[in-house]
Amino acid sequence: MKLKDIAHSRTGDKGNISNISVIAYKDTDYIMLKEKLTSQVVKEYFHEICKGEVVRYDIDSICALNFVLDKALGGGVTRSLALDKHGKSLCMALLEMEI
Amino acid sequence: MKKIRIGSGAGYAGDRLEPAVELMEKGNLDYIIFECLAERTIAICQKDKMKDETKGYNQLLEYRMRKILRLAKEKHIKVITNMGAANPASAADMTAKIAKEQGIQGLKIAYVTGDDITSHLADYYDNPVLELGCKLSDIKDSILSANAYLGAEGIIEALRNHADIIITGRVSDPALTIGPLVYEFGWNVTDNPDEMGQATLAGHLLECGGQVTGGYYADPGYKEVPDLEYLGFPVVEIDETGWFTVSKAEESGGIVCEDTCKEQMVYEIHNPREYLTPDTVADFSQVTFTQDGKDRVAVAHATSHGKPDTLKVSVGYQDCFIGEGEISYGGANCLERVRLAEKILDKRMKIVGIDMEEYRVDYIGYNSLYRNQITDGYAGECSFPEIRLRVSGRTKDYFNANLIANEVEALYTNGPAGGAGVTKKVSEIISICSIFIPRDIVDIKVDYMEV
Repeated sequence: MKLKDIAHSRTGDKGNISNISVIAYKDTDYIMLKEKLTSQVVKEYFHEICKGEVVRYDIDSICALNFVLDKALGGGVTRSLALDKHGKSLCMALLEMEI
Repeated sequence: MKKIRIGSGAGYAGDRLEPAVELMEKGNLDYIIFECLAERTIAICQKDKMKDETKGYNQLLEYRMRKILRLAKEKHIKVITNMGAANPASAADMTAKIAKEQGIQGLKIAYVTGDDITSHLADYYDNPVLELGCKLSDIKDSILSANAYLGAEGIIEALRNHADIIITGRVSDPALTIGPLVYEFGWNVTDNPDEMGQATLAGHLLECGGQVTGGYYADPGYKEVPDLEYLGFPVVEIDETGWFTVSKAEESGGIVCEDTCKEQMVYEIHNPREYLTPDTVADFSQVTFTQDGKDRVAVAHATSHGKPDTLKVSVGYQDCFIGEGEISYGGANCLERVRLAEKILDKRMKIVGIDMEEYRVDYIGYNSLYRNQITDGYAGECSFPEIRLRVSGRTKDYFNANLIANEVEALYTNGPAGGAGVTKKVSEIISICSIFIPRDIVDIKVDYMEV
């Protein structure tokens, strides 16, 4: 099963930090995601892009995980050499992950 | 119970205007906010102001004001915007000029200044720079602008003095919403932590315009959104307890549901228990969204824990140059030719001796060379029917950046067969970094013009 079958996501940016939400469609899947989708798993998944730490914040009231990826935007929105300087498409990469 | 309706008129500097006009006409609004300042925008506006001291505000301010001033006057809707950017005074001048031209009378325009601390930046040279790990003095010769993120204080003062149009420079995005709510309901962080948390969340949900009404949400087969070409912008209706709903103009496109609100709440926040704004340390960790009718969601349980002792200052500085070039290759063997082109460039960068800090190569493409019939015809036989090679490098100066761009262009006559559609560009990069300063140092000033 892919993450996109049970959750949706949006990416935001601040400086060189990207935050990616993972919001479960169902409560039961949220409990499973809390166990399986650790910050370590996300860090390894994005190891080619994210050069810093990944911290996960849980928001139980809306069944959402918020992953904050440090040093993930090629030096920051202004100076990144990437086409996607804001990292806005990263959410769609995460949703392709096998769970 | 007293209720206030605040609409969003823009989620970024160049946003659509029709949804704002639609909300002003049909949304029964008390206020409309236009959030138009991204992190770097003000540094770019500062450069515009250096060239012409009457410029440096949002480029669409004039266009927007021409369309909305009469409507604001007729419908008694107060307009709050950070379109002043690096020059709120000139933005107010322009707004007053438009009002006069349109024969609008009895309009009080306020402009808020004090965010620009460029002239006393030397006091903070010893402060650490958040993003760079150095002292501010280390980049002092490259600095273009320094603007503190102000809170809602200036907006509140302007409303107490009966301003109809309020134009600011750098304020926090939620401050555009917190301002009118504090003015209307008299809340403060000490006595009303829950209400101030809700006010911050209302501002956070409004600040990106259509992103809470179905924009940036559609994913066919997963999340359907109707009529994005007529996407309606959000309106918040909030009562004196801080409880509020998010909705949009009836018959506008888009969707307001619990999931659009959830995505937007988590957008660009880090720790949900500690979302720092100049007015609050907001806590969204217990927030609930409940569908409260078609395209209407009720929002509750945000709170706050005081406000920060410091203000964040965005410092714009002349950072570096980026040279880039692109060239496309087609046909079933394009991947091999792109790889050859990449190898040639790798070697050329060394042979020419280009001095750069970072180098990046991207492979892009599907049907830009041969449209659909030919592309679809052989696309199945290979991994990629075409590839556009994009090469970019960061340098300290224009000269080296230009060398990178030229080496890509030279692939036309010196590289693999069939290379096509070269583009090249050299950009001067203005970056943003941050320092923190004590909040009581900033001197917020509100001035007025009446027509």
